[in-house]
Amino acid sequence: MNTDTSTSRKADNTAIRIRDLVFRRGRRTILDGVSMDIPRGSIVAFMGPSGVGKTTILRLISGQLHPDEGSIEVNGQQVSAMSNRELHHFRRDIGVLLQDGALFTDLTVFENIATPVREHTNLPEALIRRLVMSKLNAVGLGGIEERMPHELSGGMARRVAFARAVALDPAIMLYDEPLTGLDPIAVSTIRTLMRETNDALNLTSIVVTHNVDQMRRLVDYCYIIASGRVAGHGPPSELSASADPSVDQFMNGKVEGPIPFHYQPPEGPWGLLD
Amino acid sequence: MAVEQSILRKWSEPAAEAGRCLLFLFRMLAGLRFSVSQILSILQQSYLIGARSLVIIMICGFFVGMVLSLQAINALEQFGASDQVSLLVGKSLFRELGPVLTALLFAGRAGTSVTAEIGLMKATNQLEAMELMAIDPIQRIALPRFAAGVISVPLLTAMFNALAILGSVIFAIGVMGLDSGVYWSKLQTGVYFQKDFIGGVWKSLVFGGIVSLVAVYFGYSAKPTGAGVGTATTNTVVLSSVLVLIFDFIMTSFLT
Repeated sequence: MNTDTSTSRKADNTAIRIRDLVFRRGRRTILDGVSMDIPRGSIVAFMGPSGVGKTTILRLISGQLHPDEGSIEVNGQQVSAMSNRELHHFRRDIGVLLQDGALFTDLTVFENIATPVREHTNLPEALIRRLVMSKLNAVGLGGIEERMPHELSGGMARRVAFARAVALDPAIMLYDEPLTGLDPIAVSTIRTLMRETNDALNLTSIVVTHNVDQMRRLVDYCYIIASGRVAGHGPPSELSASADPSVDQFMNGKVEGPIPFHYQPPEGPWGLLD
Repeated sequence: MAVEQSILRKWSEPAAEAGRCLLFLFRMLAGLRFSVSQILSILQQSYLIGARSLVIIMICGFFVGMVLSLQAINALEQFGASDQVSLLVGKSLFRELGPVLTALLFAGRAGTSVTAEIGLMKATNQLEAMELMAIDPIQRIALPRFAAGVISVPLLTAMFNALAILGSVIFAIGVMGLDSGVYWSKLQTGVYFQKDFIGGVWKSLVFGGIVSLVAVYFGYSAKPTGAGVGTATTNTVVLSSVLVLIFDFIMTSFLT
């Protein structure tokens, strides 16, 4: 009885459950049997070398891609089995911050944040204005609502994109390289926003990154992806001391190790002997 | 065998692309709601791609009218029929030159900007961001631009024709000294509303649809790179111009 309750509680606490995920592009297998559990309320990082399939997992979770095998369950719903209409509803509960912010360049900052609110609610204009301004103030950018995206710095644009992503108070936040290309102050600002928002709204956040130092300061748990599989997982502090060669190579930035330098190893010495 | 497959693929690809383009059109039309926000968006795009094309359309229309009169007078003088100039100018403008030239100018001025804009939105992940916000980019971005094109081209054609007639009047009456009464009476009695004018309106509606569909589809399906957007923009002008001329012949065959 106790075991059942404990199992049920554990199941309820899992926001995203991925099982035996296989994804192929043509003949190339990108993900080969990935399984992971993302607990509700946590910030989890998907880390690994570039091109290993981290962003692909995000796209599979958001339903932009469909797995060849395996299942993805988000808040008890099977994403891969959803119809287009169900996906439409499902995505209202997900906030995504893309690598470059992807602000709508023909709209002002205010209209950028108001777009998802207008699209999915019937709130009166006065309330939309109040909501947008509160989100803008929360990211420390009150007063720039009439500016166009091209008038913003990289850090400001990323913060506006963050405000837009959380405009509808989603249950799950997906971040694709959120700190790439920012100065150290902007990095700290975004990192703090991510942590505070996650804790205040009890969100579940997934961060795709390859920046080991930044993630040590932000996330609760890490999955290291290498060669299409989960090479290791655990809290960042434990992963640094991992005995697994792939995890050790990535976390400590070693050149030598099982993660190869060459995308496809050359057959001879650069073909000179052919 | 491989050669046959390659040839088959090469020939079947345009048909497949045409099929994808038609599916894209149906997806756009399925999103027509006539809601306040959609109508406002269509009006805004009509201003951006229609009203802003007005100056170039008017200038071109004016000079086309003048050159038509010049050529017509030169040709008709040989038969002593230079008083028929307004008839020739009116019929050729309303039936052919107005809709066709307006559509070609619209493809160069507005079609390219629509393709480049949507292609750039794709390259900068704005369309992806929209999809992730559960907003359909085809309905939100493509549909208003397509509808604005369909509305704008007939209106621009009307302006083109009006300015062409003005150019013709200035040249034929003002410069060549033709009698204004004869000019207007020939135009009034020889150009038929149903056969000439309405036929041209139908053509301009179809041409507006063709140019706008090609522009939004190529923008939406552009490769998300600088070169990809550039190629898509060029393809918009080339394909929409060719299609306008092909459909002009087909429609003329049925309308006359």
